[in-house]
Amino acid sequence: MSAAASLPETSLADARKSASAHKQTPLLGWAIAIVAAFAGLYFVFSLYVAGQALWALGALILVALGIAIYATNWSIAARYTYPGLTAIFIFIALPLLFTMQIGFTNYSSNNLLTFDRATAYLLEQTTADEASVHEFAVHEVSTSMLALVLTNPKTKERYSAALVGSSRSLTEPLQASPTPDTFDVGGGLQLRDRIAMRDQLMRIQVALPGGEVLSYAGLREFAKVTPVWKQSPDGSLTRNEDGEVFKPNDKTGYYESASGDKLTPGYTVNVGFANYARMINDENFRAPFISIFIWTLVFALLSVFFVTAIGTSLAVILNWEALKGATIYRTLLFLPYAVPGFISILVFKGLFNQNFGEINTILNAVFGIKPAWFADPLLAKVMLLIVNVWLGFPYIMVLCTGLIKSIPADLYEASAIAGAGPLTNFFKITLPLIIKPLAPLLVGVFAFNFNNFVLIALLTDGRPDFLNTKVPAGTNDILVSYTYRIAFKDSGSDFGLAAAISTVVFFMVAIMALTHLRLMKANQGTK
Amino acid sequence: MAIVTGKKNQWRVWATHAFLWALLAVMLFPLLAVVSISLRPGNFSTGALIPTEISLEHWKLALGFSYVGSDGKEVTPPFPVLLWLWNSIKVATISAVLIVALSTTAAYAFARFKFKYKSSLLNGMLLLEMFPRVLALVAIFAIFERLGAHFPWLGIETHASVIVAYLGGVATHIWTIKGYFETIPQEIEENARVDGATHWQTFYRVLLPMAVPILMVVFVLAFIGTIIEYPIASILLREEQNLTLAVGSKYYLADQKYLWGDFAAAAVLSGLPITLVFLAAQKWIVSGLTSGGVKG
Repeated sequence: MSAAASLPETSLADARKSASAHKQTPLLGWAIAIVAAFAGLYFVFSLYVAGQALWALGALILVALGIAIYATNWSIAARYTYPGLTAIFIFIALPLLFTMQIGFTNYSSNNLLTFDRATAYLLEQTTADEASVHEFAVHEVSTSMLALVLTNPKTKERYSAALVGSSRSLTEPLQASPTPDTFDVGGGLQLRDRIAMRDQLMRIQVALPGGEVLSYAGLREFAKVTPVWKQSPDGSLTRNEDGEVFKPNDKTGYYESASGDKLTPGYTVNVGFANYARMINDENFRAPFISIFIWTLVFALLSVFFVTAIGTSLAVILNWEALKGATIYRTLLFLPYAVPGFISILVFKGLFNQNFGEINTILNAVFGIKPAWFADPLLAKVMLLIVNVWLGFPYIMVLCTGLIKSIPADLYEASAIAGAGPLTNFFKITLPLIIKPLAPLLVGVFAFNFNNFVLIALLTDGRPDFLNTKVPAGTNDILVSYTYRIAFKDSGSDFGLAAAISTVVFFMVAIMALTHLRLMKANQGTK
Repeated sequence: MAIVTGKKNQWRVWATHAFLWALLAVMLFPLLAVVSISLRPGNFSTGALIPTEISLEHWKLALGFSYVGSDGKEVTPPFPVLLWLWNSIKVATISAVLIVALSTTAAYAFARFKFKYKSSLLNGMLLLEMFPRVLALVAIFAIFERLGAHFPWLGIETHASVIVAYLGGVATHIWTIKGYFETIPQEIEENARVDGATHWQTFYRVLLPMAVPILMVVFVLAFIGTIIEYPIASILLREEQNLTLAVGSKYYLADQKYLWGDFAAAAVLSGLPITLVFLAAQKWIVSGLTSGGVKG
């Protein structure tokens, strides 16, 4: 605070100067405000144009609020809190609400698109007419001119059409003319270059002398393509080939035929409590879900227990006056906490490796054993706990050191006179006095480990897996790593189910958070 | 403390020292081992813990150089570690600056103004921050996937999306800065107001210069918090040249391609600076810890 004491003089002078200087030039401020307002409105507009009406409305409210706050003198405080609170709202509160909403949908890799986009995708599907298939090549006639050369695979007749430039978009079909084999059309482009030209080639239509119009039908072929689907006025799709009708089913999120065939991709629809019903009713899903839930609790509880036991003991030992060099010990023991978690967890992953890891090398040399840390479910759990305790004990140690320092020394003097030993001191004086301020923090540690995704993701990825489960699940997955896996790892990408599980976890976290706050309040009350 | 101690105590002191050294050996073993492994030739050798032969091959790869192996083949770096480090530093620096800006202004209002719902806002923020963002990953992914369809610079696979996604984590920082502002006497600002300075000028010209220390602390905290962040970065960034260090490092230890030695060098190279920053900021981090925050 010495700096603070010397600063005001000059700052005040500055403020005075700038007060007179700035009042005359509010123009810059206005310019920034107007630009920001327009940028915001443009953002709203493009969301609306993109068909995200609800999101556009939300954005409009935020932008309008921003304009109201900065253009009027309604509330000075709001001017300062608006940016920060908006960030919290958009990036913390909104994702929470949005997750809950996704939990009621079938949003997944099969039902990723909105109804309109899925329909548009299906209507764009085309099928190539087998009889009209021509192989194609692109030849470089000269540096500025390319030729598209089509060859009928049966008759070996060749046709060519000139492509000038590379990015022109053609609405009129190009006319191709017959080209004898003997005519030199220059060197052909490699497949790699043809792939690079794919977007341009897809826009080209070529008319053969017979009047047939061909378009791009694959990496090697041009053919007469026809759309697969025709949309009827009632919204159903008819397959051009056989006339079968597929109607949109808003319960499942697919176009379905009368016989129940589904078209992929489907679209996102609300499915009500279906994801939650799955957690409770689906036998194949429930069994691993329950064991994962139990392991999550066990993992968090054991972590808190061991971390607290080691952390408090070390804090008490290092607080012993007779012990010299406690600061050095404390600094060195703090190191596990200072190393970035993602690095130390990966270091442990390497050290625990069954065949190449240093830990097994030592165990093998001393005891002649090589435990399979990653293949055995129980050992994997033991390993997770060991690593987690290593990562977490310095936090409790540091916290307890602070708490123990605040215990009045005369209590220990009195107990020494009464002839008490160190254990009695710990259980009768130290522990009862620090447990109350420590309790809310331990709830915090519990909540943190309940959701300790990084440890699981980087160390074991939840493996080894349960056998015989429909949705793949790991024996040492915790709830969050399991939802991550459902959403982002395995092929299904079932975002809806993952979001539903996340929502269940939200409520558990909410209970922990409220407990934490209540314990904090209780402490403040007694102080 | 004036407690009379006997001779038995001397014994106990020595036993405690021995115990602590044994504990330190176990606790620090992983950190020392990784340094030794980074200097040991080869990725698979399970030789001595103290390397008998020092080789700088892993360090060359970590620093982006290739080397010629004993069989005459040139070995090129498996992953662009320095690029990842640069990505991490870029993302962390920009988000930390923005986080400081957002939380300082908000903290000013919370410390100096009286307004409706102030305490409910303050508590609500803290409550919200207790929900781990891992749980909202699906929503965060969906939001940026949709944003990216209209604004490619803000979509999946951009650093801008990661930076923006980190901006929500300001609640604890607002509390920290607010606490510091409240220790600064309000009279100084009132004087400036009397002299005709606007709210913004008193904030920017008078209060902020006095709050530089706490701003540094919050910057360092935010920087460390974002540089070690894994979940959000892992869903928003997938392509090798875009990854941050936290996401990329795990590819060294993939089952199919196990590069233990190369990883060790990269880990020491990238972990050391972060660790040193953390130790330097330890004092403030610890005071932040007691107010309830937990490192991720």
